[in-house]
Amino acid sequence: MSEEHSVAPNGNGRNAAFWMPLFLAWLLALLATAGALFLGEVMGKTPCVLCWYQRIAMFPLVLVLGMGLFGSDARSVRYALPLAGAGWGIAAYHLLVFWGVVSEGLVPCGKGSSCADADVQVAGVVPIPLLSLAAFSGILVALWVARRRVRE
Amino acid sequence: MNKKWIVLGTVAAVVLAFVAGVVVFTNRSNQEVKQAAQTNSDAMVRPHSPIFGNPAAKVTIVEFFDPSCETCRAFYPIVKRMVNASFGQVRLVVRYAPLHHGSDTAIKILEAARQQGKYWEALERALAAQPQWAAHDRPQPQMIWDLIGDIGLDMAKAKSDADGPAIAQLLRQDVADMQALKVNRTPGFFVNGVPLREFGEAQLKMLVEQELKKAGTP
Repeated sequence: MSEEHSVAPNGNGRNAAFWMPLFLAWLLALLATAGALFLGEVMGKTPCVLCWYQRIAMFPLVLVLGMGLFGSDARSVRYALPLAGAGWGIAAYHLLVFWGVVSEGLVPCGKGSSCADADVQVAGVVPIPLLSLAAFSGILVALWVARRRVRE
Repeated sequence: MNKKWIVLGTVAAVVLAFVAGVVVFTNRSNQEVKQAAQTNSDAMVRPHSPIFGNPAAKVTIVEFFDPSCETCRAFYPIVKRMVNASFGQVRLVVRYAPLHHGSDTAIKILEAARQQGKYWEALERALAAQPQWAAHDRPQPQMIWDLIGDIGLDMAKAKSDADGPAIAQLLRQDVADMQALKVNRTPGFFVNGVPLREFGEAQLKMLVEQELKKAGTP
């Protein structure tokens, strides 16, 4: 394909060493998005407020990073980092709420499902916010690696 | 390899895995619901429930019903027509699944009307005005009293019946049966004990046809 040779503006497309970590970050976001949709739409678990905020950070990562991969566009790393950072923060906070370190009274969880509920678990063992935190952490590390390679 | 194809291939793989997951999960939960329906067959029909149609009909549609539920409202005329068109072969048994705020109050009012033989009139009034009283964020089921004020009820008696122990017990039993039968959405249909899994009017009609054939009706 001829598009392979076109270099995205400001993206070192030709020798894209950052492509692999970018791909890993995107793959994590894609799997997390698919997982969240499966839990919500197929298994019928209602997302709590904090889950929604994490979704808001996670879902666009698929598109932003996906576009970055398509054009080998290094700028996508810059745009994805704040989303991933915000998501990581919310996921960490959610986990603290789930473990009871922070009281839920601070969160407007009045309507819908509770963020501290035991229902926020997969297979009854793994808390969903922990999965989310792991995904955001992985994405952040991959993006950080990608950024370093862009700068080199 | 072209990187775009790697991306597209990954998307396709994830979508495929998702669809496979949906199929596996739906099959498994269908199996669970079937199992629940078989092991709890006594929870399907209770003598206290309202029946529409010929009580001795060969085919019984059990509907777990929530008066605040929009889809229940939409299905009411459909099911009624099916019963009426069956020449006494199909009956409807109404069970309650109060899944919304205020549904329990609405059910109590309807049941109080039933004690005076005005159940279907009250139900139809309540369903017709559902958009007014059943807003999910601010339900006002007490409005039903005004809606049924002129169908000839002894209102004082109805109001005390609504809070009486008989109706409370009926509601408790229906909720227990709803949980035993794993009904978590309304309307939840069972036809002669077979759960309607793929939801829809056509699917319900097909299931009823199938049970009519099994029952050997002409």
